[in-house]
Amino acid sequence: MSNESFPLKLEGGDVPMVRFDRVTKQYGDLTVLDSLDLDVKANEMVAIIGPSGSGKTTVLRMLMGLELIDEGVIYVDGQPMTHMEKNGRLVRAGQKYLRRMRSSIGMVFQQFNLFPHMTALQNCMEAPVQVLGLSRKEARERSLELLKLVGLDDKMDQYPARLSGGQQQRVAIARALAMRPKIMLFDEVTSALDPEIVGEVTQVIRKLHDEHSLTMLMVTHQMGFARDISDRVCFFYEGKIAEQGSPEQLFDNPRNERTAMFLSAVLEAD
Amino acid sequence: MFDWRWDFTIEILPRLLEATGNTLIAAGLGYLIALVLGLVFALAQRTPYRLLTFAVRESIEFIRSTPLVLQIFFVFYVGPQFGIRLSPWTSGMIAIGLHYASYLSEVYRAGLDSVPKGQWEACTALNLSVRRTYTKIVIPQAIPTVIPGFGNYLVGIFKDTPMLSVIGVTELFHAATSIGAETYRFLEPFTLVGAIFLAISLPAAMLIRRFEDWIRASLGMTKLHAKD
Ligand SMILES: Nc1ncnc2c1ncn2[C@@H]1O[C@H](COP(=O)(O)OP(=O)(O)O)[C@@H](O)[C@H]1O
Ligand SMILES: [Mg+2]
Repeated sequence: MSNESFPLKLEGGDVPMVRFDRVTKQYGDLTVLDSLDLDVKANEMVAIIGPSGSGKTTVLRMLMGLELIDEGVIYVDGQPMTHMEKNGRLVRAGQKYLRRMRSSIGMVFQQFNLFPHMTALQNCMEAPVQVLGLSRKEARERSLELLKLVGLDDKMDQYPARLSGGQQQRVAIARALAMRPKIMLFDEVTSALDPEIVGEVTQVIRKLHDEHSLTMLMVTHQMGFARDISDRVCFFYEGKIAEQGSPEQLFDNPRNERTAMFLSAVLEAD
Repeated sequence: MFDWRWDFTIEILPRLLEATGNTLIAAGLGYLIALVLGLVFALAQRTPYRLLTFAVRESIEFIRSTPLVLQIFFVFYVGPQFGIRLSPWTSGMIAIGLHYASYLSEVYRAGLDSVPKGQWEACTALNLSVRRTYTKIVIPQAIPTVIPGFGNYLVGIFKDTPMLSVIGVTELFHAATSIGAETYRFLEPFTLVGAIFLAISLPAAMLIRRFEDWIRASLGMTKLHAKD
């Protein structure tokens, strides 16, 4: 990759917490992210909306480092994440470096992905003990505090199969928070849930947003929630941001024809 | 019609029971080798090294497409041509261990594949090490899937131990053949061999099913086998 035009690190007064710099991701012939640029400020809550297949999940997966990008560089807190510096140039990040960079990011998945053979508490404690090297006592205290935050401290000894979808998703949020990330990623965390329990999960996210300093990227189909809670909304279309702006601007006065079409289709379906 | 002699039966029983011990050792040892090697084969196929993956894949295919008895012969008789001289027991354990490792590796593979992709991704997102991901998250979840296959091959390796007699491993079948050669009586020794195999296989199969249910229950899953 000829990456002379990508800085080794971001400096200056206004370094974003996350920067996608001309990021491209392809699966075979399919370009899923097309030279994407995206900045997210520290403590900003960005909602990502768009039609199915537009690359919303892919944005989060690339930032989490679950897969490699094909072109461009992702920066986290000013440091390159997908790449690292070597002899004054950027080269692809090694596993060790990637792991270090990943530690500031947490992700919550659509399908929860809790460990089914571990209780809620064990799910939360596993990584803090194994990865951060906390003592079991410290990890337990931290996990209990977070289970309390999501309103499930009374369910700490339950296995996931015994919990409702909403409860499982709240445990998954607590599990991600137990690693003390600076950035939290939510990928349609309510779309596998029954409509009547969506609220218990969105409430937790709202609480996180109001009471904790976290940078959040949230892919969602819930336009009302996105409008309510986010600082900025990005509308994705074919691997690019077709339009972005404040919730009021984007939902009330979409400038892009595709945004308008998408919104009217979604609102009609509700 | 049958000329069954009970005194002869009782006379040869101790010798056959002693050989049964060897059969059990051969099956157990061979199975242990197969369990370890099978896991190595399965994991080797999941590495990003194309050449290694290819070599392991093809070797497994080769072993699975040729008869066990031939492999036993091969290790024992062809080895010395290359200056490798192995005892019947050593050759036998290598051959049967390798043979069953290639079958067990497929069971491991199916087990690992049965764990949803989301589990791996959750581990990556939490920064768990590869080792920890396997030992604490993936393998425990693969166990219910692999137990039936493991059980079948355990019984299978036990039933295949008579093939070791071709290179002179003194297991049950070998003992019966020797008795036949010495006394010209075949009815009693071979009937006893069959009975002994049956007496071990049937309860073993039942225990394996029980074990499977127990594992599933302890992982909070439903039972597969009704108690009857
Ligand atoms: N592992 C993969 N292999 C091939 N194609 C993929 C893979 N992951 C995603 N895609 C494709 O990439 C496109 C974007 O996917 P995704 O980011 O999941 O979309 P969204 O979340 O906006 O619905 C889709 O067309 C999807 O089929
Ligand atoms: Mg998606």
